[in-house]
Amino acid sequence: MKRKFFAYPYIVWMILFIVAPMLFILYYAVNVGGEWTITKAWATLSDAGKWHILWTSVVMAFKTTLICLLLGYPIAYILSNMNKTVAGFLSVLFFVPMWMNFVLRTYAWQAILEYFLPNLLGMKDGTLTGTEAAVLMVLVYNFLPFMIMPLYNTLAKLDKSLLEAARDLGANSFLTFVRVVLPLSSVPGIVSGITMVFIPAITAFTVPALIGNGKYYLYGNEIELAFKTLSGQGDYAIGSTLSIILLICVVVSTVIMNYFDKDQKQGGQMW
Amino acid sequence: MVKKISRSFKYVYLALMILFLYIPILYLIVFSFNDFSTGRRISYANLGAWKGFTLHNYTTLLIGTAAAIGIYSMKKRPRNLILNASQLPMVNPDLVTGITFMMLFAFVNTLLVKLSLKQVGDIAKLLIAHISFSIPYVIFSVMPRLRQSSDLLYEAAMDLGCSPMQALFKAVIPDIMPGITSGFVMALTMSLDDFVVSYFVSDLKSVLSVYIYSAARGAKGVNPALATVIFIPLVTLLLVVNLRRIAKEREYEIQNKKVKLKDKGGK
Repeated sequence: MKRKFFAYPYIVWMILFIVAPMLFILYYAVNVGGEWTITKAWATLSDAGKWHILWTSVVMAFKTTLICLLLGYPIAYILSNMNKTVAGFLSVLFFVPMWMNFVLRTYAWQAILEYFLPNLLGMKDGTLTGTEAAVLMVLVYNFLPFMIMPLYNTLAKLDKSLLEAARDLGANSFLTFVRVVLPLSSVPGIVSGITMVFIPAITAFTVPALIGNGKYYLYGNEIELAFKTLSGQGDYAIGSTLSIILLICVVVSTVIMNYFDKDQKQGGQMW
Repeated sequence: MVKKISRSFKYVYLALMILFLYIPILYLIVFSFNDFSTGRRISYANLGAWKGFTLHNYTTLLIGTAAAIGIYSMKKRPRNLILNASQLPMVNPDLVTGITFMMLFAFVNTLLVKLSLKQVGDIAKLLIAHISFSIPYVIFSVMPRLRQSSDLLYEAAMDLGCSPMQALFKAVIPDIMPGITSGFVMALTMSLDDFVVSYFVSDLKSVLSVYIYSAARGAKGVNPALATVIFIPLVTLLLVVNLRRIAKEREYEIQNKKVKLKDKGGK
């Protein structure tokens, strides 16, 4: 059976539009207007302010992931212990908001935090946007389903007879949870949940752009600024350098996650 | 008693979380009935981009399915290499994907200008970018299906007098159809939901989400009715699809039980 050639259009497409564009980041970082130079890249790299924003973003992503895990784990756990039909219905309810346009949801939060809540609380010309807490909350809102999904999948697959065995061997429900459920579900579920939240959270730029209100912004906004507005047309050298740093962060976190997650080498597990 | 309290606590927690997830949606829906007449209409020009997306989805589907079949028939080493490379757009944050495409098109366009040719248009750029980032989703939803179906099916079709092409279209593709459909739905949602890639690739009014973003940042605001319009059909579709799946699973379980009962009765 020779059906190999079916893959060729895709391979060509992939090289042209997935692999090659990655190289263009490198190209534009050291090529300004057709000239090879590293002065701009170096100036960007030695700018302490940029590193500070990167650090803020990483801390923010870490907080988002932690809160998502703390909120999402109980949800997944409760759902996995329910009657299958009810749990199926409820899990659909949890995942439906994800299907609505991400920007639209964020916009709704912007409207709520800017007009609705201050009006409700009677704050005069006060706005709740532009604070770290607001950005954090909307980030958590947007990524929570991505945390619940893998956790629910692993917890639902957990063999219930193991729990009974733990009970029979004298563990109370707390001990069962800590010593059986958590270790068994932590490796695949928690790791893939963290991967799905942490990496998008580092690179988040829509949420801080809309909720940060210009006062609070993250690394993604710095990149957007470099590409879209700096010196009118955007400064590709600065933007590319910033993107390379971001890419390195993403690769490092992916490698760390993969180290914890050796069983899940198979691609596409996240869905 | 304790059990009852903990149980009601569970439900309260779930309800609160669901409420949290639906607050902005409810807000948009409620406020879409508000008067919104002062110059904040949506221009329907944006909706033109949708046409592009159906087209893109068919292309994605075609390349993706073909690729899955092709990759599946490959030897192990190149297969792993390609699968790993395919994960790139899925693992890559969309910010990076968007930037890479922006660079690519900037480069190509400067090249085209030098050759005094026409530049790549917005729709073409969007099509290429969206196809690229959604192909892997089709591949990864068709692959498992291919793994489940057996090679014997193809051979049987050939034995029964099909040409290889006929065997492919009449035996293999119908067999992996569920994978193709779910890949299609996934690609469709990824594409409709995408904002970041489109934002970097095209100008400010090309796609619905980019339009919403620019409106949300500007003073004009977005018409909340848009949310209702987008959301309600989506929810209905989703609920129908998922409830059907649940019902099917249940039927399957009941049937299994019946079979088991019969087996017991027979013995």
